Amino acid sequence: MRHIISLLMENEAGALSRVAGLFSARAYNIESLTVAPTEDATLSRMTIVTIGSEEIIEQITKQLNKLIDVIKVMDLTEGSHIERELMLVKVKAVGAGRDEMKRTSDIFRGRIIDVTDSTYTIELTGAGSKLDAFLEAIDAASIIETVRTGASGIGRGDRSLKI
Amino acid sequence: MTETGQTDYPHGFTNELIYYLFMEATGAEIVVRCLAEEGVEFVFGYPGGAVLTIYDEIFKQDKFKHVLVRHEQAAVHAADAYARSTGRVGVALVTSGPGVTNAVTGIATAYMDSVPIVVVTGQVPTPAIGLDAFQEVDTVGITRPCVKHNFLVKDVKDLAATMKKAFIIASTGRPGPVVVDVPKDITFQTTDFVYPATIEMRSYNPVVKGHSGQMKRAVQMLLEAKRPMIYAGGGVVLGDASEQLIELTRLLGFPITNTLMGLGGHPATDKQNLGMLGMHGTYEANMAMQHCDVLLAVGARFDDRVIGNPEHFAREQRNIIHIDVDPSSISKRVRVDVPIVGDVKSVLTDMLALLKLAKEKPEASALNSWWTQIELWRSKNCLKYNQQGSIIKPQYVVEKLWEVTKGDAFVTSDVGQHQMWAAQYYKFDKPRRWINSGGLGTMGVGLPYAMGVQLAHPDAQVACITGESSIQMCIQELSTCKQYRIPIKVVTLNNRYMGMVRQWQQFFYGSRYSESYMESLPDFVKLAEAYGHIGMRIDKPEDVEGALKEAFSPALKDRLVFMDFQTDQTENVFPMVEGGKGLSEMILAEEL
Repeated sequence: MRHIISLLMENEAGALSRVAGLFSARAYNIESLTVAPTEDATLSRMTIVTIGSEEIIEQITKQLNKLIDVIKVMDLTEGSHIERELMLVKVKAVGAGRDEMKRTSDIFRGRIIDVTDSTYTIELTGAGSKLDAFLEAIDAASIIETVRTGASGIGRGDRSLKI
Repeated sequence: MTETGQTDYPHGFTNELIYYLFMEATGAEIVVRCLAEEGVEFVFGYPGGAVLTIYDEIFKQDKFKHVLVRHEQAAVHAADAYARSTGRVGVALVTSGPGVTNAVTGIATAYMDSVPIVVVTGQVPTPAIGLDAFQEVDTVGITRPCVKHNFLVKDVKDLAATMKKAFIIASTGRPGPVVVDVPKDITFQTTDFVYPATIEMRSYNPVVKGHSGQMKRAVQMLLEAKRPMIYAGGGVVLGDASEQLIELTRLLGFPITNTLMGLGGHPATDKQNLGMLGMHGTYEANMAMQHCDVLLAVGARFDDRVIGNPEHFAREQRNIIHIDVDPSSISKRVRVDVPIVGDVKSVLTDMLALLKLAKEKPEASALNSWWTQIELWRSKNCLKYNQQGSIIKPQYVVEKLWEVTKGDAFVTSDVGQHQMWAAQYYKFDKPRRWINSGGLGTMGVGLPYAMGVQLAHPDAQVACITGESSIQMCIQELSTCKQYRIPIKVVTLNNRYMGMVRQWQQFFYGSRYSESYMESLPDFVKLAEAYGHIGMRIDKPEDVEGALKEAFSPALKDRLVFMDFQTDQTENVFPMVEGGKGLSEMILAEEL
């Protein structure tokens, strides 16, 4: 099953490699990993999307907690949460297809953030599945380039991950 | 200041003393003074370019003794054995680059067996990092998967606090090795030296006390057990919980088995002790593990060499209570019913208190019939062997060693058949007496392990049980033993084969002995003599006891004795659970 694990860790050199190294050393799946400092510059927040059985996910959580630099770990999928991912897509936009592309982008609440005679660059946010749906909705041949950040997540309501 | 740099100080105040009291300290001084503050007795190391400033400070101090090994791997093994045999943090010091890569085997060995050591490594100067400088290696990167934690010190101001953190992290929670990588420029930069008494780390707070509700459930479960079993691992030894374990076992009257790492945690000569379990465990221990209805696991981790195939193990219905300081050891290979995270000693103490308060006692009739069953298994006498004819049986040497040393020696071993025979036939009654590489299975540890143990316990009897293959992996340390007059006794079970490899080839590879025969062996007697020690070659069974008695006699108390026992080439280790097989599917000696 797919799980989104969020964690807070000391914002120190090499912290990311400890997490990435743990996943490769123990042969855990890693679908995406995002990391950035928080409002407290000494802390980094990381969101990891992973797939595994309940036993594996339990081990992943325990092993992450065991890393000395990790302060707190939370499996967002255990409760209600919000998940967002940012995607930038550069597409061909010429002739009749140009209007069609604009319309599709609007339907998905995309924003066109760069324009040339023959291309659009579209910014989209949402759950990963929405971004997938957009890519399926447009003509595959029109895609020049895609960039995705990987998922970030946050608990709903009172659920929060903080020190 | 005079032109020579001499200042006129009051009487008794030398330049050095003024500097020590009032001036800033260099990074190198800080390293050395931190080690002194920690009460370190021995630093095992090998100098090199990146650590020269640190070695210069070592030259000037007398707080700890530096032991110069002949290869960095041995420095870490010796520090590791010092830690295993004393319970204190072991310390090694190596230079950058090859110093570090040589040390990695030692670090990984300590990591797999959760041994608290601090390894200080030199690094190229900060501005040179990443430029492929001479003797540069990414130490933090290379050691990351085999340390509990590591640090690269980038500012001399962080050095003292980093050293303190290293000692705290290494020795608390589930212990393990910590590497502190110190670039050369940091070693001569200066700062005020203050060694903190302790340091709070918001991200590191190991659990000590067990959950009271879980402990109550566990005690209830133990009292209701019909076929109980206690399975105690290395955590009991590392956590100094032997006394509590013995009391608990006695109070309950339950059978107990020790893992390879747990030997000595519960006395092997005690009636309730069924011996070691696992791949080469006793018949009675493995059968009781498989058929018990309540299993109390204490500081053990259900690894593949201990319970064999986990699916086969899970076929029998049983409730499992698991006490461990590391939550990630719980429910990793085997699903556990009552997990208790905490320091083994603290949890056992609390559970003992609960047991003493409890009104119920374990049901005597059920326990009696369980013991009857166990005695039946025990009567198979699975460790019996036949010392007949003119060839020395390796088991016989270990048994005689146990007799001659009155079961009171520290015994180190290398890895292979001799390691298993040592574990099976030397009956350890005290914790921290059996020093071996259980997790990583590192050939070559035996000799440097014995060095570390003997230095920590100068008056104790220390034996290194080894094989002719393993001993050659760190044999250069015979030179270190000469320099520091380390009078260990090397017991080589020489069967001219990598015995365990040969055994597996015989069983599973159609007796095709691929590259497992040790040709062109040195004359170990002459070799020992070349290093300045005493060598003995023993060919006949009737000479075994005499040789051991002589080696451990007061006359040779101060000498290293290298005993080369020519043993049976065809002997195999039994019982044996094949890889992938269940714990109760043992091959016994009599079946072949």
